[in-house]
Amino acid sequence: MSDSPGLAGARIPLPGPAIAAAVTLVLIAIGIAIGGKVIVHQVVSGLLLGAIYMTVAVAFTLTIGVLNFLNFTIPTLFMLTGMAAWGLLSGGYLSLAGRGAWLAALACGVVVAVAASLLVERLTFRYLKMKHGDATEHAIPLVSSLGFLIIFENLVLISMGSDSQRFAVPFRADLHIAGIVVGVPQLVSCALAVAVVAALSFVLKRTKVGRALRTIAENPDTASLLGVDVGRVVPVVFVLTGLLAGVAGALFTVNYGDVSPFMGDNVGTKAIAAMVLGGVGSIWGAIAGGLVVGLAETLSIQFFGGDSVAMTVWGLVLVIVVLRPKGLFGGATIGKGKM
Amino acid sequence: MSGYLSGVLAIFCVNLIFAYGIFVTAAAGQINLGGAGFQAIGAYATGWLAGQAGLPIGVSIVAAALITALVGFLISFPVLRTRGVYMVLATFAFGEVIAGFLLHSDVFGGAMGMVVPLHVELWVLVVGAAVTTLATFYLMATRLGLAMRAVNDDEDASIVMGVNVRAVQVAAFTIGGAFTGLSGALYALNFGFVEAQYFNALLSIYILLYVLIGGTQTAWGPLVGTVFFTILPELFRVGGSARYLIFGIVIVFMMALRPEGIVTRSLIRRLSFRGGAHAS
Repeated sequence: MSDSPGLAGARIPLPGPAIAAAVTLVLIAIGIAIGGKVIVHQVVSGLLLGAIYMTVAVAFTLTIGVLNFLNFTIPTLFMLTGMAAWGLLSGGYLSLAGRGAWLAALACGVVVAVAASLLVERLTFRYLKMKHGDATEHAIPLVSSLGFLIIFENLVLISMGSDSQRFAVPFRADLHIAGIVVGVPQLVSCALAVAVVAALSFVLKRTKVGRALRTIAENPDTASLLGVDVGRVVPVVFVLTGLLAGVAGALFTVNYGDVSPFMGDNVGTKAIAAMVLGGVGSIWGAIAGGLVVGLAETLSIQFFGGDSVAMTVWGLVLVIVVLRPKGLFGGATIGKGKM
Repeated sequence: MSGYLSGVLAIFCVNLIFAYGIFVTAAAGQINLGGAGFQAIGAYATGWLAGQAGLPIGVSIVAAALITALVGFLISFPVLRTRGVYMVLATFAFGEVIAGFLLHSDVFGGAMGMVVPLHVELWVLVVGAAVTTLATFYLMATRLGLAMRAVNDDEDASIVMGVNVRAVQVAAFTIGGAFTGLSGALYALNFGFVEAQYFNALLSIYILLYVLIGGTQTAWGPLVGTVFFTILPELFRVGGSARYLIFGIVIVFMMALRPEGIVTRSLIRRLSFRGGAHAS
């Protein structure tokens, strides 16, 4: 009996991808049937945007699934990647890398995100666990992560200003597939996002550390009785979180070509929406949810105008949370316990 | 009184009432991360009632508080089906839906915001804040307040002791809604203008943090938390991002060293000379 949500996606892997693919195909088919080419274009760009949401949503769902902890620093890790990359590039620190400087900058950005995530682990989760027993059952880490959200965002504001900055990527190419224009960077980043999530899924399912993570997700006490060194495995979650948020931030930077201290806010909230839609704690749920939110965003802009996005997405979330708290694809054991 | 000082005092009063609205639900063990949505309902209701419908100021304030209380009552039923992280997410979603709706609605001015033609002076805000504070102290001393504390501390034990947990939680949401709506009403009438962008997720987060850092065990918590985070920075003339940076650092350290908040029951007991009179 566990109060923790558990990693549903890791346990029932087969239906997940099938459902995600089916949902995607059905939505594309509906789009083509209703609106023709314009809609297809919106669907494609929705899916590409959804790939970013998906990666961030997987970071959220992983932390909740294993540690029962809603980590509000994830949007800032996403933002730190972009801003650190821009800071390094514009400061001229990477001139040695020559034409690949932008790539080196983004790689450094991801490293910064992972380091920041480990700092959060060190100063909130680990410390609190030692002092107050099982911190996962409490709102304390949540509030602490909100504190870190404020700290990171304002550190960036103080050191780099509040302006949106241009992050130029030296390649720009479009593919024309059956009359639809798709940017190559978008396509590459979509593929990369899928690869990262697939790799994570493999790690959870097949490796020793993945098995340890799933055991902790089931029950931390039993895990440590069975010989899992919880104190050493928990940082892995934070490394993965930083990695996922960082990769998503780097891809977003490449796709949209600018960075700002607030770039994580919108993506972060949409990713939370995606996670809830798909089912908290389920990796495949987060993937499907991310794609659904990306699609809902571009399609609701197409049909109802730009202001309607928040209402469409969050209305959907509210309905899901109330009617089916485990989400569209979630496992059955969530929503219990008091944080 | 200088315009600057009265501006600080006005926002302090509004935030204090808002914080008490969030506190009442938190005292009963429910975390509401959609507070800005409730406040927006109060603000827009007042703006519409006093502006378009032409009602007197007093009537619009009371009506706005009642409308928000009703929303709190109605939303508590679906929200209370969820717990823990899920309740945080559900209330967060509620706040986002309200903000999204107001941003999209033509009746309430959409992204352009809405001008509120009537005005209340600062003293009304001060009176409102004082009344809310005293009302919360009274509430926490009643049987309902005791039941709220019991539900917060141990839900199962409260059920065994005969507390109607669901009724207490619904009552907490309703009363919290009324307070939050009142804060929105006074905000709208004092500032004369409301826009959906003001009632964003960050506002909900900040007010929730005031309450949690102040402490949810006693009614002193929101007062101390709000003073700590709105008046102190003004006194020390810390502005802009530096203020929020310090705010964030304080939160992280508070959670590590004193996660129950600044004011706790045992602190009150130690400070008061009545000793056992506050046994809890």
